[in-house]
Amino acid sequence: MYEKDGEKYFVVDGHTHFWDASPQNWVEGQEEYAKGWIECFHAYQGLGPAETHWPIDRFQKYSEELMMHDLFEVGHVDVAIFQPTNLRQWYRNGFNTTETDAALAEKHPGKFRVNTYFDPREGDAGMKAFEERVRRYDCKGVKLYTAEWMGDSRGWSLKDPEASRYLEKCEELGVKNIHIHKGPTIWPLDKDAFDVSDVDYVATNFQGLNFIVEHVGLPRIEDFCFMATQERNVYAGLAVVVGGLMHARPKFFAKVMGELMFWLGEDKLIFGADYAIWEPRWQVEGFVDWNMPADEELSDFPPLTVAQKKKILGLNAARLYDIDVPEELRLEAPKVVEPVGVPNP
Amino acid sequence: MTAAAQVRARHAAVWRALGTVRDPELDEPLTDLGFVARCAVEGGSALVELRLPTYFCAPNFAFLMVADAHDAVAAVPGVVSAQVRLVDHFAAEAINRGVAARAGFAASFEGEATGELDELRATFVRKAVLAGTDRVCRALLGAGVDRERLPELTLGDVPAGADRDRLRERRRELGLPHGPGDPLIVDPDTGGPPRDVARHLGFARLTRASQEANSGVCRGMLRVRYPHRGEEEGGR
Repeated sequence: MYEKDGEKYFVVDGHTHFWDASPQNWVEGQEEYAKGWIECFHAYQGLGPAETHWPIDRFQKYSEELMMHDLFEVGHVDVAIFQPTNLRQWYRNGFNTTETDAALAEKHPGKFRVNTYFDPREGDAGMKAFEERVRRYDCKGVKLYTAEWMGDSRGWSLKDPEASRYLEKCEELGVKNIHIHKGPTIWPLDKDAFDVSDVDYVATNFQGLNFIVEHVGLPRIEDFCFMATQERNVYAGLAVVVGGLMHARPKFFAKVMGELMFWLGEDKLIFGADYAIWEPRWQVEGFVDWNMPADEELSDFPPLTVAQKKKILGLNAARLYDIDVPEELRLEAPKVVEPVGVPNP
Repeated sequence: MTAAAQVRARHAAVWRALGTVRDPELDEPLTDLGFVARCAVEGGSALVELRLPTYFCAPNFAFLMVADAHDAVAAVPGVVSAQVRLVDHFAAEAINRGVAARAGFAASFEGEATGELDELRATFVRKAVLAGTDRVCRALLGAGVDRERLPELTLGDVPAGADRDRLRERRRELGLPHGPGDPLIVDPDTGGPPRDVARHLGFARLTRASQEANSGVCRGMLRVRYPHRGEEEGGR
């Protein structure tokens, strides 16, 4: 919970990790990729305030104590949602798996929600294991990484018939939050790697599921927003938007927030700090302090209200994950606001 | 001209040639983005190294930039041998080999790509037209032009400047009308007037916001990755 100027904010960090990218965990022969991956993440941290930068060795592998401190002791987070990223092709025990996340979550009851993953390339055996993980860890969401390498495959698409089988299983098991990371190097390489048309396809076909596009489809916010206006069950995960832009590029942050509010609306935006890339504290505090600057180029966008910030920082995610919000931290009269869609000419 | 002066002039010409090559997503020249890590000219040989903001930047766009840079440098008068190499990238070897062999993208990534990149490039030029439309329209609105009047205006009504030139150039590349008497607002897919102007202008603004945010992230990442950037630029 974060309190500022007499207002109390219930904070759900919708995107967190507990990873191990230390050299001991690199797969032999894949060191170059394992190293490239974590260094790439580390460079993203450079977009946050200088006093929050970590040395690379701590960034490769951090302790449970540090994570608990950064999120819950000083980071204002009430509940954090683990989003796993396996990457077993490069990391021997995986980069950030459901199992490691769940082990931490079990030690700290109530603090975390554990999401798992599925990968349609894993076939029937994968389906069985998926079902087991969901039951064992009480998963209400999955994180899908369509660009993940597996053998010679450089990724998959939600349009694959196998993916639909898994999504049907999600409906059956009550795994209703489908987080999708849109990242580089999806196969085939000649297609636009950030194409969100496969999300559009499944969002239409699976009306009972919520689709949260992580990193708002950056760098294709326009395609994402266009798609999201047509699907009522598509959400924007703000990881990278707040962490990557609010400090480093405040003007673009304002533009992007303005566009997201304009096309999706306040009920569809989900805060995520993306720890350990960025610590939650400066993001939560900075977002509460932030507002739309007075600038001619931003004149289409109204300022954000306290109630809107409360939704974005936690209440929206709490709704998707059925997280119980203490009475005094709820909004008085929650109402659904439809996105505006198109400016008045 | 002395031999040294000739090499200097050729180096400047190679640098100018690299300035015509754009990142297709960001619609900005490689030289402005800091993507040229090295540019060396010796006699008739030019050696150029390109770098990108991350190790995992999309290989399709990387390929386009390396191939375009190769074409631009090879076309500089006096350059008899051009070598353009991508560095610090997971697919550098395949891209460099493919570009050097003039193999095309599909052949360079056999089994991982099914076609060439022309359509991808065209998609991003269409986005550049949208973003460019917002730039000039914002300037017009700022100068007091009524929003309702925008569909009646022509490219010639836009004050002269870099933004107008850039928009006209992108429209020319797509085969869209781009003369001073042509309409200011066209649908980049059809070349005709958009069906819903308000929505069209909304997407133009959104596309520009996306392109600029993307550029901001890329520039920030490059600076983190190469803290001493700038030292090599323009140097030998």
